[in-house]
Amino acid sequence: MTKWLEEHMPKLVLAPSFIVVLIFVYGFIAWTAWVSLTRSRLLPRYEIDGFIQYDRLFASPRWDTAFTNLFVFGFLFIVIAMILGLILAILLDQNIRTEGAIRTIYLYPMALSMIVTGTAWKWILNPGLGLEATVRGWGFENFTFNWLVDPNMAIYTVVIAAIWQSSGFVMALFLAGLRSVDQEIIKAAQVDGIPTWRVYTAIIIPAMAPIFLSAFIVLSHLAIKSFDLVIALTGGGPGYATDLPATYMYTMAFSRGDIGQAASSAMIMMMVVFTIVVPYLYSELRTKDD
Amino acid sequence: MTLKTLSAVSGMAIVASTAALAEPQAEVLHYWTSGGEAKSVAVLQEEFAAGGGTWTDMPVAGGGGDAAGTALRARVLAGNAPTAAQIKGPAIQEWFEEGVLADISAVAEAQNWAEVLPEAIAAHMQCDGTWCAAPVNVHRVDWIWANAEVLAANGLEMPTTWDEFNAAAETLLAAGIIPLAHGGQAWQDATVFEAVALGILGAEGFRKAFVELDMDTLTSEEMVAVFDQMRTMRGFVDSNFSGRDWNLATAMVMNGEAAFQIMGDWAKGEFIAAGKVPGEDFLCLSTPGEGFLYNVDSFAMFEVDGQDKQDGQALLAELVVGESFQEVFNLNKGSIPVRTDVSLDNFDSCAALSSADMAASNESGSLLPSYAHGMALRGAQAGAITDTVTAHFNSDMSSADAVQMLADAIANSL
Repeated sequence: MTKWLEEHMPKLVLAPSFIVVLIFVYGFIAWTAWVSLTRSRLLPRYEIDGFIQYDRLFASPRWDTAFTNLFVFGFLFIVIAMILGLILAILLDQNIRTEGAIRTIYLYPMALSMIVTGTAWKWILNPGLGLEATVRGWGFENFTFNWLVDPNMAIYTVVIAAIWQSSGFVMALFLAGLRSVDQEIIKAAQVDGIPTWRVYTAIIIPAMAPIFLSAFIVLSHLAIKSFDLVIALTGGGPGYATDLPATYMYTMAFSRGDIGQAASSAMIMMMVVFTIVVPYLYSELRTKDD
Repeated sequence: MTLKTLSAVSGMAIVASTAALAEPQAEVLHYWTSGGEAKSVAVLQEEFAAGGGTWTDMPVAGGGGDAAGTALRARVLAGNAPTAAQIKGPAIQEWFEEGVLADISAVAEAQNWAEVLPEAIAAHMQCDGTWCAAPVNVHRVDWIWANAEVLAANGLEMPTTWDEFNAAAETLLAAGIIPLAHGGQAWQDATVFEAVALGILGAEGFRKAFVELDMDTLTSEEMVAVFDQMRTMRGFVDSNFSGRDWNLATAMVMNGEAAFQIMGDWAKGEFIAAGKVPGEDFLCLSTPGEGFLYNVDSFAMFEVDGQDKQDGQALLAELVVGESFQEVFNLNKGSIPVRTDVSLDNFDSCAALSSADMAASNESGSLLPSYAHGMALRGAQAGAITDTVTAHFNSDMSSADAVQMLADAIANSL
């Protein structure tokens, strides 16, 4: 009996969470996929009706905006947050005295919820209340910064707020990475008289490749599921200029009683996540096999 | 204690508990959670308790009813529908088609609803010949509110045509006053749009376009003119309007920063809460054009088991449409009674005007459901129109493109 327990204990302990994940993650993905093939409106129906919801989705100009925004927002957010995070981490890595305090200050935005970030930036960027009004108050009458109310620029305000929120976190990731690089190699390079910038570009940053990958994965899933920031900052507006797939899905499912549309947009979002995560998982699993 | 007294006591307990069980029960899901609305619901709760019933309150705040809709869906799918839920417009029919609504025709006929309710509104409460919902109030959507002082200072009258409105707005622009206080949220854009559409298309055109979704009307020259007027109005709002809440826009009219606002009569509640007097500090008039766009809140009754709950539904339905509740509730809420036979002595002049217009438009057939507030169309179609309206209003799209986009969006939403 004890032997049997010993052998099966790990399986027994893992079984409940395995079952829960199986049902509540994969089961519901399958359910959503099913519903996305039906003509469900207010309540889900289960008669399959082909790809009608996907046809409607791709014919919708609003989805077009939302999907384009995802790439604009996702690309800028990930790239700029990573560059900023890396620069901050390198600057902090110079053995400065108040590192602990500064690190905390940069990391703090991460402790705020996106709703708080969004609301604060909504006020900062509001032309009548925030930055523009303040600078004009200083006497620069021609200063204009009205991205928040400009349908063509509003998506970039979401990028700004998201970067402000996340770059400190990326900095912390990179800082840990910088510290984990073998100090012996760095010292050897310094003995050889190699300039500091070369040490970073040729030794430290290449050694941090796995950290870049983790940061990329974390940031890209933050970007794809972004919802609360847009709701708090712009409400999807002006018009629907800052809609993202997640807000589109929410509107369809909960405001418009169009569950089929919501399900099909959720499936597309999931496919986008898969195209990013699957290569990552594949490379991870392969390195373990080696 | 002897066995005899014990059995007597337990016998009494049984009587008491069955009496409690037979009391009318109602679990009511609603989204009236803000100040004046919560007060209005409390009135209903008191009347329900006075009628011998037990009220279980289930308020779900947020999202203009979206959150309540989600809660309701979850409850119905779980087979545990509330006794009554706040649902309005075509959503009542949608829920009826799901086969979950109860028949309250007995109460409706006993209370003679068909006689006291305006015909167009009564039609929303009927599902396939039976009564399935009880109306609570009538909000008028096509109102134009104005700051009396600002108008007087600029020598302006309340506009009765859109041309007059445009002319007045130009005068105000020249005087450095924001002509139209507006919040750039999709539903507010839609509210202005439908007021303009009613004025330009007329009652019959409005019905064809936004109730029957007649493609010829939707793509007509008049519809291009509606979008042209929207483009003109875009020039009358301040540059900082995006995302502004409606009550902040109302405040702009109140403090004279802006002259007009086009908004439903819930805006009146803001004026009155700030101590403003209708006719003196602020003016109300229907937006230019014939007709009356209504937004009617109602309670739909769900199919439930148990005599006590069904009694609760009957009592609730009777109270909601009853004269005393109609008066007290609507005084609190700023709307007007849905019954045409309630005395309006205690109501303000805007409400009296609204009520008179409702009766008149009911006669002439121009009593119409508001599309922007989910009374005329189902969610997907109304949403498709709103998407187009807000995309046009917030960009430099041409009116002809907007009409084309409108037709495509509606076709795609069906």
